[in-house]
Amino acid sequence: MSKKQLGLRLLQMLVVLIGISFLTFLLTYMAPGDPVRTMYAATGVIPSEEVLNEVREQMGLNDPFFVQYGRWLTNCLHGDFGNSYAYGKPVVSLLLARLWPTLKLALFSMILMLIVSIPLGMLSAVCKNGPIDYLVRCITFFGVSLPNFWVGLMLMLVFCVRVNWLPVISSAGDFKSMILPSVTLAIAMSAKYTRQVRTAVLEELNQDYVVGATARGIKRWKILWTNVFPNSLLPLITMLGLSIGSLLGGTSVVEVVFSYPGMGNLAVSAITAYDYPLIQGYVLWVAVIYMVINLIVDLSYIYIDPRMRLKR
Amino acid sequence: MKKQNFFLKNKTFTFFSLLAILIVLAAIFAPQVTGGVDPTEGNVLFGLQPPGGDHIFGTDKLGRDIFTRVIYGARTSLSATFTVVIIIFVVGTFLGILAGYFGGWVDVVIMRIADMMIAFPGLVLAIAVAGILGASVKNAIIALSLVSWTKYARLARSLVLKIRDRDFVAAAIVTGSKTPYMLLRYMLPNTITTLVITAATDIGSMMLELSSLSFLGFGAKAPAPEWGLMLNEGRAYIQAAPWLMIYPGLAIFIVVVVFNMLGDSLRDILDPRNE
Repeated sequence: MSKKQLGLRLLQMLVVLIGISFLTFLLTYMAPGDPVRTMYAATGVIPSEEVLNEVREQMGLNDPFFVQYGRWLTNCLHGDFGNSYAYGKPVVSLLLARLWPTLKLALFSMILMLIVSIPLGMLSAVCKNGPIDYLVRCITFFGVSLPNFWVGLMLMLVFCVRVNWLPVISSAGDFKSMILPSVTLAIAMSAKYTRQVRTAVLEELNQDYVVGATARGIKRWKILWTNVFPNSLLPLITMLGLSIGSLLGGTSVVEVVFSYPGMGNLAVSAITAYDYPLIQGYVLWVAVIYMVINLIVDLSYIYIDPRMRLKR
Repeated sequence: MKKQNFFLKNKTFTFFSLLAILIVLAAIFAPQVTGGVDPTEGNVLFGLQPPGGDHIFGTDKLGRDIFTRVIYGARTSLSATFTVVIIIFVVGTFLGILAGYFGGWVDVVIMRIADMMIAFPGLVLAIAVAGILGASVKNAIIALSLVSWTKYARLARSLVLKIRDRDFVAAAIVTGSKTPYMLLRYMLPNTITTLVITAATDIGSMMLELSSLSFLGFGAKAPAPEWGLMLNEGRAYIQAAPWLMIYPGLAIFIVVVVFNMLGDSLRDILDPRNE
């Protein structure tokens, strides 16, 4: 990626971010539910309508839409996402406290997924249309059709209720409580990714150089690991970057299932409490994380594929 | 004669379309299938009964029959899923064809919006939208449609761009074909097969996402029988009454498998690129 392309990419990211911020702000602006009432409900006292109105005026909730949006956006750019209505604390500190657990969970389940799906996908591609291939395809097919929250609940039923090996509630966020959530996430993702690994490897196996190498008597597994695998890495990494999106969505569901102390769990409870600043902050943060990861993915091509380095 | 050949030749497709029809029929004739039991009413005295006897799937805390609720749940799930798929199919195809055919600022506006949606994790936005609009099946449908139409728009646009500059298109324009006629008669038929395949394979994943939203409490509302919601309600009784979670989950799984298989076999039939 040349400097010009990088600049263009960053500009594009900025446009997307502004769009996302506008959309989230618009949605929370139109949303039913009164934040001032919610805020007071948290303290337990509901004051009179006059007081409520005064507070609304103070918080700028009576200003025109674009004034509110502009003020909010400027604050965001200064790192101030406002105070959470329900917790009364800055959104930034609330999200920061939950950021690492979520990233840890996502990372851990991604590693699990790679360990499972790369060998399986390659095996399936090498034994194309053999019994192993059919078995792998069958398993991945069922894996894709499983609702991940249900997988989580079933794992919980077996490992926490029946045999009592692992904690039911993962609120501690330690390693033991991360096992089931990450396995749950990894199952759904591995199924999808194994299929993609299979397709990518199959495509490479059809290239002439594989026939050439085989003809020269190079061992099958050696061709596979030194030629085919590095060549199929490029599409695989692109797909990995894209699957981060569904991973971030998936974590929120799985975090709720296991009461895991992550950002998704926080956001879901924020939505139920009409805690708008927290929702807006969450959506924007996830957007930024997702885009930064995909930018890193694109930049990593330079190191993986030497052709990209020459193209500048 | 010819028709029979088709169904015999594509056994997988025939098998799974029969299963799909069976599921749809079970949903439509839910009152007959369940013998007239009300899915939202039960007797608390018979709460949390294990499967067997009168209640083959057991009962929940309020004594409602799980089997009845699972069957009625198919109504909610199927109708919501089909609505989402039809909306994103129609809206996405329409906008994609417009963007591809007209180009210029129409293309820029539509595709920038699509880019924005794609550059963002769909389920996260759907959760936010569904949550903010308030919990209801309608809002869950809106939220999912809002984040899912872009795939169709991109596909339709790229397919239109492929034929946009062909001679037969230019000839049709020169001979005086009106724009709506061009879109309907030339652009749409060239995109429709691929898009129908995409829609068919999307049914399963849309159903999963809808049930995720319901599970989080942003979809169907109690006491409606909906599989995701039932799982959420059953969660508290994981120890005492695991059947509350097993059957609704199995229902989602089976229906998604059937529709995924149906979509895949339809793709094998319609897609000429497949071997």
